[in-house]
Amino acid sequence: MKKVLMGNHAATLGAVLARVQVVAAYPITPATQVVELIAEMVAKGEFPGQFMRVESEHSAMAALLGAATAGARTFTATSSQGLAYMHELLHWVSGARLPVVMVDVNRALAAPWNLWTDQTDSLSQRDTGWMQTYCATNQEVLDTVLMSYKISERLLLPSMVLLDGFTLSHVYEPVDVPDQKAVDAFLPPFKPQTFLDTKNPGAFGSLETPKPYFRIRRRLALDMQRAEAVVEEVGAEFERAFGRGYGAIESYRSADAEVSLVCSGAVGSTAKQAIDELRAEGHNAGLLRFRLFRPFPATALKRMTRPGMKLAVVDRNYSPGHQGIFCEEIKASLYGTKNAPEVYGFVAGLGGGDITVELLKEIWHEVKAKTADPVEPLWMEEAR
Amino acid sequence: MPRLKDEPLSTPVVTPASRPMSENKTGDWRSVAPRIDAEKCTGCLLCWKYCPEACVDISGEVPVVDMHYCKGCGICAIECPSHCIHMTESSEVAA
Amino acid sequence: MKPSIAVEELMTSGHQACQGCGATLTMRYALKGLGKETVVVLPACCWTVLSGAAPRCSIGVPLLHAPFAAAAAAASGVKAGLVARGEVNTTVMAWAGDGGTYDIGIQALSGAADRNEDIIYCCYDNEAYMNTGIQRSGGTPRGAWTMTTPGKLGSERPKKDLDAIMEAHSIPYIATATPAYPEDMVRKFAKAKTIKGFRFIHVLSPCPPGWKYDTDDTVRLSRLAVQTGMFALYEIENGRFKLNMNPAKRKPVGEYLKPQGRFRGLKPEAETTIQAEVDARWTAYAERAARA
Repeated sequence: MKKVLMGNHAATLGAVLARVQVVAAYPITPATQVVELIAEMVAKGEFPGQFMRVESEHSAMAALLGAATAGARTFTATSSQGLAYMHELLHWVSGARLPVVMVDVNRALAAPWNLWTDQTDSLSQRDTGWMQTYCATNQEVLDTVLMSYKISERLLLPSMVLLDGFTLSHVYEPVDVPDQKAVDAFLPPFKPQTFLDTKNPGAFGSLETPKPYFRIRRRLALDMQRAEAVVEEVGAEFERAFGRGYGAIESYRSADAEVSLVCSGAVGSTAKQAIDELRAEGHNAGLLRFRLFRPFPATALKRMTRPGMKLAVVDRNYSPGHQGIFCEEIKASLYGTKNAPEVYGFVAGLGGGDITVELLKEIWHEVKAKTADPVEPLWMEEAR
Repeated sequence: MPRLKDEPLSTPVVTPASRPMSENKTGDWRSVAPRIDAEKCTGCLLCWKYCPEACVDISGEVPVVDMHYCKGCGICAIECPSHCIHMTESSEVAA
Repeated sequence: MKPSIAVEELMTSGHQACQGCGATLTMRYALKGLGKETVVVLPACCWTVLSGAAPRCSIGVPLLHAPFAAAAAAASGVKAGLVARGEVNTTVMAWAGDGGTYDIGIQALSGAADRNEDIIYCCYDNEAYMNTGIQRSGGTPRGAWTMTTPGKLGSERPKKDLDAIMEAHSIPYIATATPAYPEDMVRKFAKAKTIKGFRFIHVLSPCPPGWKYDTDDTVRLSRLAVQTGMFALYEIENGRFKLNMNPAKRKPVGEYLKPQGRFRGLKPEAETTIQAEVDARWTAYAERAARA
């Protein structure tokens, strides 16, 4: 059924359709509406799960640690400062191999205060063992929440679904909301292998000495290694069930592109327009829109790039002392590949700055004209 | 070179700890051991009640301390109302 | 003689507690009161170690380790998850030291109590961060030596009034207990099991290395705490205050303080202050008990 939904509400409906059993959340702009809709549904008797109004984000993830270990399907939503506050729990949940699904609405981190979209909040959590998928449309948000439950429960790894603060979270778009029966067929109930069970008592998270700890981390690595293939698999299963397919990276007119823009998030839609305009102007332009960031989709990236290709990576994020994060990871991933494409980095849109069609075309031309720097990223300011 | 050999993916991802802690014998911690004078024991069970190691067996007429675990803390001796438990030098290995 | 408390042991021997540990007695009695249909949630504390390193566990009920600040939140989540799975009769208990309760864990504790989460929260209070080697906590009493209050005066601030803080949350059950009175403690845990909503049990748990006394004095000091009035045994059920033990004539506080090396530096004036504080507290208890 088609509904006009804001990004945050698309996320909520995804979780509710997934029959999430325990939601624990704390409000933070611009993620608040995700949870307010659940509260509304509870009041109307439309949400059969448990809803906990916890007193902080740290407690929100701690509550989900508890609920997931008890064997329940879980959900929360947060942003920037809240995500940072639950940092130690992010490590804990992935180390405990719990398939928690969380929506993070990308927003810049203080200091100074800034409320607008910026990916540094989620990207600075890239070492916590959570899968990360960046969405460009509200449809994709709802669909990705559903797929994330299937992927997470198959791998026993938690997932983060990302959407831009305000420019997607608060934007209304038409969304095809699947019906519950179809979702139930796609996503069966969560069947945990181990859980807190008085009939079979055991301790979860007990101290491990170095040797077993090393093996436990190796197992995490193995499951992360096969996660990219599982993402593609589930994306194909989703297409069969709902008619919309998703992969690790979306390629838009980049098969024969001389220079491809590379970006993630809502700016992906803007980028498609830029590519269409460049093509109309006679240029061989393409776009690689990263959906999956963790695990890093090395296989998809290799498949979608060719020798002689140039990549113009646009990062709405920055790792101080290094580069834009997508750029540095793409460079690292391609290292050692014979005839790897040239990679150029651009930092733009931090703290919610507008990344316009004009700016993207300018970036594209910088790479085409070989005026971009292959080592240091160029910082591109908003025109206004 | 010590390269890690991967276990098969069929191995459970998480194994909760459930082997009994009683596999760990703590009797070698002690330097003194309780000796219960059966004659004076009134069967009040306070020694059993107050043992932090839960290692006093009260299935018989007189409580018996399990020397595999007794750490020699001395609580039973000091709490016994009949003063029939004495902490003595423990040079013997746990029985 | 028939045992006055349940015989079944849900805590096994072989744990790594110090000789004479009050915290093990506390867990032993708590589990006797609660039984097998229980799940325990443990933040960082002495019991993180006492529960055993993988692959062993020293308690016969399911256990979840949680981050230091998160005991009450994780326990709330466990309860929600169990209910979601249809296991509505399982008791969930957060089991934390004074560090994880008075200080780093107080936000989660307050939040869970504010929501009246259907869990038991037990604070086994050994009055300092013992697991990390004896540092001052909000539960450390006035004058006590710790590694972070090593000066001549010891800890200069009074012990935080945690029970009053919990009372301010409008919860159905608050109780205090200490290992010298096992029947009282077991009864309180068994009673808490039958109550719905947030239940808070505060246990004074003597610690030989932290309080600096001979290992055999644990029960005696626990008893003296009550006999001197330093620690009161009471219950507050839906706001109704009930003193479980009202010593006719309280022993002077010095009898409790002197055997403990952590109070060695205590000056006579400080002891007088402590005595006055205890006397004032008991006047208030008497007034409150009379009104109930």
